[in-house]
Amino acid sequence: MNLDFTPEEIAFRDEVRAFIRDNYPKELAGVGTREDLTREQFLAWHKILGKKGWSAPAWPKKYGGTGWTSTQRYIWSEENARMDTIMPLPFSVSMVGPVIYTFGSEEQKAKHLPGILSGEVWWCQGYSEPGAGSDLASVKTTAVRDGDHYVINGQKTWTTLAQHADWGFFLCRTDPSAKQQEGISFILVDMKTPGIEVRPIKLIDGTHEVNETWLTDVRVPVENLVGKENEGWTYAKFLLAHERSGIAGVARSKRGIERLRDIASSETIDGTPLITNGDFARKISQLEIDLTALEFTELRTLASEAAGKGPGPESSILKVKGTEIQQRLTELTLEAVGNYGAPYARGMDGHGINDFGVGPDYSNYAADTYFNMRKTSIYGGSNEIQRNIITKMILGL
Amino acid sequence: MDFNFTEEQTMIRDSLARLIKDQYDFDTRRKVVASKEGWRPAMWAQFAELGLLAAPFSEEDGGLGGGPIDAMVVMEEFGKGLVVEPYLQSVVCGGGFLKRGSDAQKAEHLAPMIAGERVFAFAYAEPKGRFNLADLETTATKDGSGWKISGHKAVVVGAPWASHLIVTARTAGGRRDTKGIGVFIVAKDAKGVTTRDYPTVDGRRASEVHFDNVSVGAEAVIGDAGNGLPLIETVTDEAIAALCAEACGAMKVAQTMTVEYSRTRKQFGTPIGKFQVLQHKMVDMFMEAEQSVSMTYMATLKLGEDEVTRKKAASAAKVRIGQAGRFVGQNAIQIHGGMGMTDELAIGHYFKRLTIIDSEFGNVDHHLKRYTDLSAADVAVAAE
Repeated sequence: MNLDFTPEEIAFRDEVRAFIRDNYPKELAGVGTREDLTREQFLAWHKILGKKGWSAPAWPKKYGGTGWTSTQRYIWSEENARMDTIMPLPFSVSMVGPVIYTFGSEEQKAKHLPGILSGEVWWCQGYSEPGAGSDLASVKTTAVRDGDHYVINGQKTWTTLAQHADWGFFLCRTDPSAKQQEGISFILVDMKTPGIEVRPIKLIDGTHEVNETWLTDVRVPVENLVGKENEGWTYAKFLLAHERSGIAGVARSKRGIERLRDIASSETIDGTPLITNGDFARKISQLEIDLTALEFTELRTLASEAAGKGPGPESSILKVKGTEIQQRLTELTLEAVGNYGAPYARGMDGHGINDFGVGPDYSNYAADTYFNMRKTSIYGGSNEIQRNIITKMILGL
Repeated sequence: MDFNFTEEQTMIRDSLARLIKDQYDFDTRRKVVASKEGWRPAMWAQFAELGLLAAPFSEEDGGLGGGPIDAMVVMEEFGKGLVVEPYLQSVVCGGGFLKRGSDAQKAEHLAPMIAGERVFAFAYAEPKGRFNLADLETTATKDGSGWKISGHKAVVVGAPWASHLIVTARTAGGRRDTKGIGVFIVAKDAKGVTTRDYPTVDGRRASEVHFDNVSVGAEAVIGDAGNGLPLIETVTDEAIAALCAEACGAMKVAQTMTVEYSRTRKQFGTPIGKFQVLQHKMVDMFMEAEQSVSMTYMATLKLGEDEVTRKKAASAAKVRIGQAGRFVGQNAIQIHGGMGMTDELAIGHYFKRLTIIDSEFGNVDHHLKRYTDLSAADVAVAAE
């Protein structure tokens, strides 16, 4: 047992650090990932990484992965977090990509993987429905075979950033008579197909991050079915379980704590820096300690993956604890800015009044980010669902 | 980065687990704890024979060439079996000081300690010092070439079984000064040493130890008699890492025992493990126990790093494990219901051990403050 990086790993770290420094778009430095970025801003770094061959480090090499070890991937995410880069969105690289190269046809691989890697094609996820949230297997959207097409009808919701999407992957019921999980298929849909309507949903932080997606008589060629008909649930679960490393967001949260310390050093309480206030300082300490526990749990997971053992039971902890920490971080950041948590962020008030921003720069998005991050314990299988999974898969109850 | 155990470490774990399974079942432990001696010297001899006492020491020091990871492996198994014998006190603490002592001290003390013939206890706490290692009323005053020690050491775990004590005492300065502290080796049968022995709530034995002008020679001093605190902190951080490993073992067992119990205990016509509110509690217990393992690895692996990193790592682990131990212990009792309250079931004894672990070498509040103070110092240094 040891924590040392090998000389090769240190050389690798220096290489990727230099690459990020030299190639990350200057105009996006310090912007950070926000829901209100333009499509071009979201994809800028993805496209650069695509050219370099680094957009999908976790993929098998033959499909365009980097062949990096799990330690190298850990270093890669640390280095990106240091620079607060806008990383490729998960829907393409981490979600549909692995489903396509694992279960898709050769034609599907040839058609879709290059666009996912290059960042040219934007994917969205058609999973949740108004009546199918945590109980995802109860999806009602139907796909009915009509010659060499499926005709899809139904309504999806929480479709993240579908306003930018070129393609979507949808869970549709293809056998209404089968038991819940058994009649579902995984279908790729061109978002320009007639009959698709994407309607914005405004969230509590004021952003347009998610949408309702209505599908009315949408005709999709049968060759867009992934794998076998009625076996989509297997692929859906595969997708949810995939790429567990990274979901914890450890590197980003570390960076967030640094930022929180900076804020707490600028803010004052009774004339002294907030960071020197025992009560507040101990809250930061507790958060950092809990993050350390998560970090080493993730490192153990990476190590057991690297040893070919597959993710051990500890990996299921990553989503729950990772999101709890992300939420506490934004909570403390909002606490730290005090009174200036209240004004709407720059350009977000809807009246054009405080376009110049109110309060110190760091207070600008504190409340919005806090509001927005409540989503993390709800999405991707709510944290309660995660506990159900651990109950069943690990405790065996 | 590597989280694998060596072949030797795996062997230590397996043979110790087997020994505990065969000779340290819960009923046997209960009898041992209730016996006059409160431990089994014969078991200690077996530990020595298995190489457990030699495992964490270098070969030059008469050990097997291991280190803190080996102690971690042993302590985790001790935690699983609620083993009462004083590995933490004699091997981790006693050995931790002695391996940093002079060659003469190693020859005189470390070799018989490793052989299991000499047992050490660590007398650091005092009635009014709480968790501050520098808050000492016990004094050591120069007496010719040697020293005279006077004072009262509190809750010295394992002292009833020990032949020798490692004693911290003030050699100069005011009561809480960080300078002016010495570390001394004192034979328990030295003139002027009196002990009041008693059992502890978690099945061990401890003593209040009084020193009344106890004379020791110059050879009793480990390290710098005027500046022993850094050494004391180094060893206690090692002890914290080992204690965390013990807590991990105890938590794992408490958590799995609780899951097992919920499978068999029926209420409302169904096993209580089918109730979601209890399932999620048990998942949280599982997550706490797993994260404690992660923290223990972290603290153990960082023992060799620079002083601030090491201290922060030890404190972070002690905070997390103190909180986790309380959560796992309390919920284990709750889910066992009335049966959890009985002395007959093992679960209550795991709960008690986990409870006391938090107060050993500083509790959650103490280490959260230590971590915070060290972070502030870090920031101040970075700003300069």
